[in-house]
Amino acid sequence: MADLTATAVPLSLDRREGVPLRVALMRAQSRARRRAFLLVLPLLLFIVITFMIPIAQMLQRSVYNDGFSQTSPHLAEWFAANPAGTEPDETAFAALAADLVLMNQNRLAGAAGTRINYLAPGSRSLFTAAARGADGLKPPYKAALLAEDSAWGDPLIWTAMREAASPWTSDFYLIGLDARRSADGGIERAAETNRVYLPLYMRTFVLSGLITGICLLLAFPIAHLLATLPLARANLLMILVLLPFWTSLLVRTTSWIVLLQGQGVFNGLLVASGVIDDANRLELIYNQIGTIIVMVHILLPFMVLPIYSVMRVIPPSYARAARSLGATSWTTFRRVYLPQTLPGIGAGVLLVFILAVGYYITPALVGGAEGQLFSNQIQFHMSKSNWSQAAALSSMLLVGVLLLYWLYDRLVGIDKLKFG
Amino acid sequence: MALPTYADPLERAWHYAYLAICTMIFVFLIAPIIVIIPLSFNAEPFFTFTRKMLTLDPQGYSLRWYDALLTVGMQTPDAPRDGSWWSDLWQNAAWVQAARNSVIIGLGATVLSTGLGTLAALGLSRPEMPYRRLIMAVLISPMIVPVIIVATGMFFFFSNPCVMLGVECGRLTSSYAGVVLAHAVLGVPFVIITVTATLSGFDQSLIRAASSLGARPPTIFFNVILPLILPGVISGGLFAFITSFDEVVAVMFIAGPDQQTIPRQMWNGIREQISPTILAVATILVALSIALLTTIELLRRRSDRLRGVTGR
Repeated sequence: MADLTATAVPLSLDRREGVPLRVALMRAQSRARRRAFLLVLPLLLFIVITFMIPIAQMLQRSVYNDGFSQTSPHLAEWFAANPAGTEPDETAFAALAADLVLMNQNRLAGAAGTRINYLAPGSRSLFTAAARGADGLKPPYKAALLAEDSAWGDPLIWTAMREAASPWTSDFYLIGLDARRSADGGIERAAETNRVYLPLYMRTFVLSGLITGICLLLAFPIAHLLATLPLARANLLMILVLLPFWTSLLVRTTSWIVLLQGQGVFNGLLVASGVIDDANRLELIYNQIGTIIVMVHILLPFMVLPIYSVMRVIPPSYARAARSLGATSWTTFRRVYLPQTLPGIGAGVLLVFILAVGYYITPALVGGAEGQLFSNQIQFHMSKSNWSQAAALSSMLLVGVLLLYWLYDRLVGIDKLKFG
Repeated sequence: MALPTYADPLERAWHYAYLAICTMIFVFLIAPIIVIIPLSFNAEPFFTFTRKMLTLDPQGYSLRWYDALLTVGMQTPDAPRDGSWWSDLWQNAAWVQAARNSVIIGLGATVLSTGLGTLAALGLSRPEMPYRRLIMAVLISPMIVPVIIVATGMFFFFSNPCVMLGVECGRLTSSYAGVVLAHAVLGVPFVIITVTATLSGFDQSLIRAASSLGARPPTIFFNVILPLILPGVISGGLFAFITSFDEVVAVMFIAGPDQQTIPRQMWNGIREQISPTILAVATILVALSIALLTTIELLRRRSDRLRGVTGR
């Protein structure tokens, strides 16, 4: 016995192949973590490169616009030497004249004028006209330019040029927030009639809230019905919810146009049944009502599905217990049933609201003038090649949506998202 | 849902009112989809039911809008329908082109997003996955970020994809590749959600059992994991396909005239003068979505069976 113990390898339970177990476990775990991460990595890279970088790059345009600054080195120098509010003197006008020559040479007067035009509407032609005659300008420049067009003395133009002389700018956010730069370089609210974006921003959120509310009102009863029916019949009725979900958005929008337009099925039905007369057909489409009706229809399944999946697992015995203890059916619903459905309601409401806020297609097709949402304004600026403004509005919308998304993750959890 | 025996008359009344309300909501959901089907066979260029249609007179119905649908864009739509007419149709008809583009782009985007998405879902459903919540949030975000923002960003990026590296390397706008990449991004969240949901019912010990029996990772994936999660992968793929098949904003920004898809054509049709031809397209698409829904439902049942969830 004594010999055996002497020759045997010391047996140890806390080592594996000479490595302490704790270390071995940690190594195995980090290997497993690495493996799991490697599986996700290709998709993560794909999303970062084709989704996140493009959006980041686009958002950079909201604070970067070199339309004016690329041809205004002389003015930039003068602005750097003189603080905001300085009356433009002869050297300032000389710098302007030198830059106008540059613009003319590079054929960039249009781009420069467009950049100033965002801040001081109507000034684009000022630049194109002055750049054409820039080579003929003689000192004294101030008198020469003012003689050409007295608008060159307008302090607003000079504030705008000061801001635009640097490619980095907050102008587009100012415009997006319905504010502007005053002549002394401060910030003031835009004129009442020019306030466009904040009211639209508010309207987008209010309309989305309204649409979400209607969706909830419509989704709750049918989700409850589906959850309390026997599964076979519930699955059959579920098709009525899932078929719209799977049907093309454009098809559904088309159908609603056909149903709701002046000469459409719904109005035809009302006229034929004598509810309204032929001259007073209801205007249900190409306005705010149209946007609301169609968006409710499109987003309703996103509300029904999460509420249904929560209701399905609520034991019916709770309601029976409440009734047997003397609660009325209303009390049972309010105090026992409703609180248990809240997780589903929260998930549905947030999801529908998030999707509604960013909607573009439906408002564009059926919204007319007053049913447009914030996304449509972004598209408007894109179509006018005012990219910086589109980017600034995009980032405003994105901030709202991401906040809601964060809230969704906190309250519901992204991994709870499911279809069907 | 039967009415309990202890219900009083008021509760009974409410119960029937409730059923009526539910019926109305279901009608609201389904009516718009059903209504366009008969209207697409209208013999007149109207968007209402004519008297002849209501009396089921065969003369009130016709296939003229389906015919018009086929011949838009053809060089000789009125020629006799022989071989050259059909080849003209295949070459030039606007909607046939659009359908072809939709299928090509849809398949490309589906393969890309389902392949990468399934791999990622496998990683995400492992208990060791680090930063799961954050990564999940990033991967789902293409569904959350307004599509106009996504499309705008991609429009700039695809115009010069290598600008970050400081070199020019061609462009992805006006190309199939660009649209496929964009649609793949938009399809990823649906694949991730569907496949991780399937994997949540997957018994991870099967993997350990397989490897203790000596199987290598690829064998484990193809012989153990894939057969079990295949229904989820296919329905994720179908989601990705329908997302691409129904997408119009990214196509508007990224595609060139050669990559016009069905939704893009419909968009034009609705924006300009809406004609009953659109209803014919819509009807075909409704038929397609019914087919897809049926497939998904069958897959779901199969998946439930495989996972041992009987439910009834």
